[in-house]
Amino acid sequence: MSNIIYIFAMAFTSFLVRALPITLINKKINNRFIKSFLYYVPCVTLAIMTFPAIIQITSSPIVGLVIFIIAIALAYKDRSMIFIAFVCCLITYLLETLI
Amino acid sequence: MKDGLPIGAAYFAVALSLGITASNIGLNALQGALMSFLNHASAGEYVGLQAIKEGSSIIALCIVTLITNSRYLLMSLSLSQKISEDTSRFHRMLIGFGITDEIYAFAMNRENLTPSYYYGTMTTTIPVWAIGTMLGIVLGNALPTKVIGALSVALFAMFIAIIIPPCKKNRTLLFAVIISFVLSYIFDLFFTISSSIKVIILTIIIAGAFAILFPRKEDEYV
Repeated sequence: MSNIIYIFAMAFTSFLVRALPITLINKKINNRFIKSFLYYVPCVTLAIMTFPAIIQITSSPIVGLVIFIIAIALAYKDRSMIFIAFVCCLITYLLETLI
Repeated sequence: MKDGLPIGAAYFAVALSLGITASNIGLNALQGALMSFLNHASAGEYVGLQAIKEGSSIIALCIVTLITNSRYLLMSLSLSQKISEDTSRFHRMLIGFGITDEIYAFAMNRENLTPSYYYGTMTTTIPVWAIGTMLGIVLGNALPTKVIGALSVALFAMFIAIIIPPCKKNRTLLFAVIISFVLSYIFDLFFTISSSIKVIILTIIIAGAFAILFPRKEDEYV
């Protein structure tokens, strides 16, 4: 039951975050600090969540580190998201089977 | 609709791995589908699940969801400049509800962004996302451990696929990302507080410091 409350709280917050700016704001924001802060937030947040978590979920940190490097290399080469996700899953499976 | 299909395919693998995470935390298939249908946010749902797992308070859950999904705030802002001014409040709310990284990327590539184009993409991707999560929960227990282990890296691979492309265009952002990786690692060595709180603290410190030290020029973005 409590899971449902958590899910609705999450959903409500997600909705507000997405819908409020586009619904309420018609003018441009001029505060340079806020604009800069908002610019850095997405990548910084995702980076914090990715590492070191990626080396903690695999059976050995070495596997995670290899996957981490491969994913960065593929993303740098502008490969699509699905390709990167697929290759990383496949290599993880092979490495975990071999080691 | 057409643009929605490749996004939907990409979503599926990630949604499946998210479902596996959700089933480990004790969500049933219906709860997972509902969560994904209403949130459709990979990173946001992932931290939300971590918060549920750690038994965080509702307030803490809302704060981490807010922080993790804060990039949607920025996307919503930039979409508000892109759509026509006479778009009704109802359409604006629906467009806002549908924002994800991929839909946003596709929408920004369009010359004329109409609500109907946008809804076409939404109606393909969001159900796929919800069904993928549901299947992840159902299959999570049936799949061999190695397959589950392999699928669980999909989410992080997707995060990396989101992070890296903008870093190629901006060295300061690349620097911010490297600092984030390093501080996130160091943080884990010294503190054992919940990962959701860690994400909030580090995001505010790092993004705040970069906004002060390297503010964006007036003509860049949004």
